[in-house]
Amino acid sequence: MAVIQVSGLSFSYGLDFCLKDVSLEVERGEVVALLGPNGSGKTTLLKCINALLPVKAGKIRIDGIDVSTAGRADLARLVGYVPQSHDPPFPYTVFDVVVMGRTSHLGIFQQPSGSDYALAENALGVVGLSAFRDRPYTQISGGERQLALIARALVQEPKVLLLDEPTAHLDFRNQLAVLKMVRRISAEKGIGVVMSLHDPNHALLFADTIALMSGGRIVSFGSAGEVVTEENIESVYGVEVESISHNRVRLIVPAGGELRESDTG
Amino acid sequence: MKGKAALLLLVPLPVIVASLMVGAYPLPPDTVLSILACKMFPLPHNSWPAVYEQVLFDIRLPRIILAVAGGIALSMSGASLQGLFRNPLVDSYLLGVSAGAGFGAALAIAFLPGIPGLVQLLAFSFGFLAFFISFSAARTKGETPTISLILAGVIVTALFTAALSVIKFYTDQYRLANVVYWLMGSLASTGWGEVMQTVPLILVGFLVVFLMRWRLNVLSMGDEEAKSLGVNVERDRFIILIASTLMASAFVSVAGIIGWVGLVVPHMIRMLTGTPDNRVVIPLSASLGAVFLLLADDLARSLTTAEIPVGILTTICGAPFFMYLLKRKGGFVWR
Repeated sequence: MAVIQVSGLSFSYGLDFCLKDVSLEVERGEVVALLGPNGSGKTTLLKCINALLPVKAGKIRIDGIDVSTAGRADLARLVGYVPQSHDPPFPYTVFDVVVMGRTSHLGIFQQPSGSDYALAENALGVVGLSAFRDRPYTQISGGERQLALIARALVQEPKVLLLDEPTAHLDFRNQLAVLKMVRRISAEKGIGVVMSLHDPNHALLFADTIALMSGGRIVSFGSAGEVVTEENIESVYGVEVESISHNRVRLIVPAGGELRESDTG
Repeated sequence: MKGKAALLLLVPLPVIVASLMVGAYPLPPDTVLSILACKMFPLPHNSWPAVYEQVLFDIRLPRIILAVAGGIALSMSGASLQGLFRNPLVDSYLLGVSAGAGFGAALAIAFLPGIPGLVQLLAFSFGFLAFFISFSAARTKGETPTISLILAGVIVTALFTAALSVIKFYTDQYRLANVVYWLMGSLASTGWGEVMQTVPLILVGFLVVFLMRWRLNVLSMGDEEAKSLGVNVERDRFIILIASTLMASAFVSVAGIIGWVGLVVPHMIRMLTGTPDNRVVIPLSASLGAVFLLLADDLARSLTTAEIPVGILTTICGAPFFMYLLKRKGGFVWR
């Protein structure tokens, strides 16, 4: 059974519909990328799956549980959420931020203890941030912060990981590091992943399945080969592209006359 | 760091003992110590005038207990609201508690004088009422965004302040003087009755906030993140708000408006310990808040023969200190 089942989902802010009849299934250990231009509904869909926005119509089930009636703590033990923009108000240490992932496993008057700290240490090790343990979370780079948030989501011990543009504001190296990490965690722990991405090539390189969104709908859903075609990308983004292959990796590059020619012989 | 923090928790004890020696009536410090020793241990009874014990246990001790409880109440509610609202300039009075309490007290002083306990009762009730008005004004569709709460608090404060001005305007000079004096904040009229009325309420609020100090960290990450991490944000925020308001209005109802404690003390703790972690900040704020208000009250009752309202002293000490922190450390505690 799919770990995420979204069927007939509609959502609106005020009068404008932001999601229209969206259906989606994600298996354990599968990485699904949401592609689409700004305002196509990627973030809205992720927030609906995490029950941060109330859906208008349709059903969302995670591990068989209806998210609209699940309690916040129950949901947090199923869904790890890595938000996009993030403005931390206090300079907590990286370790303290990661430990916060244990909240849903603790009672309202309970403090984290030994086993929670051990899980947090372990998660920091998994994302390679052990050396940053005691640094203020506000003073590390965007890439390190993104990894810390992934570690925090991991100590929730979720079945599903949702990431909202995990590569935004990251340099080239960190973009690859974060996406590789997401793939590895998904495969090793059997976690179903949904992440929104801006770069079609990131989706081609790191996703098993791609959902191409436009105007609040999923206009194309399937394997990379089926979804990221020249026609689909051109119609959704409104730019001319060419599909190229290099070492059996397929990539999308912009086409057209205004590009600078590279000096490769 | 751990040792330093534990040490800070013990600071109130010597300050309490020293405060017992301060006051208008001259008590020799060594006699104070002997009286205390005889009360705590079965020692041979020395002879001292009976009035010494009266001054010590009926006048100074209740006042000291109230100052300690009040310091804890104001600084803990300040610290918890700063975390909840993710804002450094927030204190215990944010949601209109002080304006509401001021209005309630003025109402009793100006129009219903002579009824015992009414000033406290109305101050407490209107302080709490102001909080509830702010909270319900900010609540729409089952959600209470922090920014709406702050705005509602400003509005409710303005309304109660205006209503207070109306009372001031229509009352006679003598009662007006009493209203103004009450608003300045003082512990001068403290007896065991005031202690019994307020300390239990403050203890309840203290326990709730103390137990939720870790939750407070999670709540300070913002509503959406706290939800994602599994917090029932609306419920938990309401519990902390109620506990903070309970502490602040219980104390304000017997002491009047004593400002700046809730603002200065938690900041001082964050600077001293270098951590924003509420597991450290909350207990240490309670400890330092008790010391701060106790020392301010010691000054209030010993500086001059006519007592200075302690609310004036906390502001005179607190505001420049806050400016110093701002200049010296910039916003470092916040980013």
